[in-house]
Amino acid sequence: MAAGIGGRTVSSAYAPVRLWLVLPSWLIIGFFLLLPVLLMLVYSFLTKEFRGGVIWEFSLGAYDQFLFDRGLFGDEPPSIEWTYITIYARSIIQAAVATIICLVIGFPTAWYIATRPARTRSIWLFLVTIPYWVNLLIRTVSMKFLIRENGPLNEGLMGIGLIDTPLQLINTDFAVQLGLFYSYLPFMVLPIYAAVERYNFALSEAGADLYASRWTIMRRIVLPVVKPGIIAGCILVFVPSLGAFLAPDLLGGAKNWMIGSLIEDQFKGAAGNWPFGAAAGMILLSMVLVALFFYARAQAKEQV
Amino acid sequence: MSQDPTPTQSSPPAPAVGLHDVRKVFGDPTFGFVALEGVRLDIQDNEFFTLLGPSGCGKTTLLRMIAGFEATTSGEIYLYGEEIEALPPDKRPVNTVFQNYALFPHMNVRDNIGFGLKMLGWAKADITARVNEMIAMVKLDEFAARRPAQLSGGQQQRVALARAMAPRPKVLLLDEPLSALDLKLRQEMRAELKRLQQETGITFIFVTHDQEEALTMSDRIAVMSAGEVQQIGTPAEIYDDPANRFVADFIGETNLIEAEVTAVNGDHITCRLAGGQELAAMAHGANIGTNGWLSIRPERIDYADQGLQGTVAESVYLGTDTVNRVTLDGGLTLAVRSQNALASPPRNAHDPVYLEIAAGAARFLTD
Repeated sequence: MAAGIGGRTVSSAYAPVRLWLVLPSWLIIGFFLLLPVLLMLVYSFLTKEFRGGVIWEFSLGAYDQFLFDRGLFGDEPPSIEWTYITIYARSIIQAAVATIICLVIGFPTAWYIATRPARTRSIWLFLVTIPYWVNLLIRTVSMKFLIRENGPLNEGLMGIGLIDTPLQLINTDFAVQLGLFYSYLPFMVLPIYAAVERYNFALSEAGADLYASRWTIMRRIVLPVVKPGIIAGCILVFVPSLGAFLAPDLLGGAKNWMIGSLIEDQFKGAAGNWPFGAAAGMILLSMVLVALFFYARAQAKEQV
Repeated sequence: MSQDPTPTQSSPPAPAVGLHDVRKVFGDPTFGFVALEGVRLDIQDNEFFTLLGPSGCGKTTLLRMIAGFEATTSGEIYLYGEEIEALPPDKRPVNTVFQNYALFPHMNVRDNIGFGLKMLGWAKADITARVNEMIAMVKLDEFAARRPAQLSGGQQQRVALARAMAPRPKVLLLDEPLSALDLKLRQEMRAELKRLQQETGITFIFVTHDQEEALTMSDRIAVMSAGEVQQIGTPAEIYDDPANRFVADFIGETNLIEAEVTAVNGDHITCRLAGGQELAAMAHGANIGTNGWLSIRPERIDYADQGLQGTVAESVYLGTDTVNRVTLDGGLTLAVRSQNALASPPRNAHDPVYLEIAAGAARFLTD
């Protein structure tokens, strides 16, 4: 009681100080996060200039181009443009599959690490993060070398006689998955690890004491209790996978474009259409926001 | 194994829980930590049995072995005459009230209590009926839809109790269930636990380090220390007739003074204290010349007009009682506890007093 009252007095007395402490992070978020997003929003409603840049003139052209096909000269009756919708759909599926693979492999990994003795845990965690000391581009390029037609993987498989002709691995969905999985697995492992590490194993004992089998304990007690960690991991893998461009670009080739490659192409590549790139980005952002909103609402409902 | 050396009755009904020479070593079997050694005790059906001892004495390990969370290193555990070593926890008809309750945080009170019944495959209607019954039993009707985090410590305690008792186990294991509660609540829960045990007829095995808890609730107590059972008996037996110095010292307060046996007449003996005084005492099979200790409870020592002569060194007023530290001639100091009756004369520091210690008040202990 006394502590609560005391705490309140202290916090109100220090309110101005607290404001100053929070200010830098608000400034950074505002300047480097909100402002660029706002800029993108504005750009997506501008007119494109040939080969990059914009003309400051309001236009819905970017969104129109995304959704409708009006023929080569823009004079035909509009029909649905499937190119970009397909890329988005493929991206969502790819990201979802990558998330599931990361979950299936990441959960046992996180469980294993979290149940080691405290001393060895930090070593395992360090090992999980080691790939992050190497630049993502370099890692993705080396992955490309590993799985190319006459790369070590194919050579090895042929060497031990499992296959006769090299497998087509590069420029496939499989290659993209491999790249995404390899890039984002730690984002799945770490939050789940944190949740499992906090998990009170007496709950599992209570489950066993109340006649639950191992599998039932896992399904009805462990998973619901560590669910926040699992969901955090899924978000942390799904969202960047959705916008990834290195793995699809380098490993998937031109046929397996994902949203990230499409957007990159508008700003840096041949297309050079800034408003369209901005619009594609805004569409991706709104999709993610809508998904997170529904998730948050479901969570809030469950808490009551 | 053919001849069971348990020296109790000839052919009694199988005890609820029988422990036969149970040994538990953590880590290496030869060099590891010996948590339990030669534990041998029978807990009868419908008994409120307490495992009492300081932390690290092995009482919780023993409880966890009965529940099935720890394997025995050697020895057998019997449940109503059946060896249960091979059964995993989810196959043993015992339930546990965990020390910090271990309530499922994602389930409300109702689902927590019904969990065991659901696992046993009960029909929905039966589960609902039993859960309602349990909720009423622990008086949580208003809180049935709440989650554990929305309950006070005492309420969580009740949920843990109801959850463990819902499947009507033959034996209920309680691992320091009251230790997380404040004093007032703890005292209420003692009476509550005793009532529940008597109403349901379930055998309770209660682990605690709190001797007052053990004395007030138990039918019988096993006092444990350093992995071994020191004494088994009713609260009165353990308090009045401790088996050794550890038990005498751990249960209640006592004066432990060195003494030598000078005369023996059955259980009645005479001892010489370090200060030269002679004192009549009780012992189980002592010999003349044996050195040991006398355990004398402070409240069993009386003031008198003659007897052991001494001086009050220090006086502590406790409200109902006063505890005086009396230094005897020859240097021994005894704690003497007396009720503050209206007529009792005040005894202050430096007052000369005489103490009388009846033969039944002093117990001679050899170890």
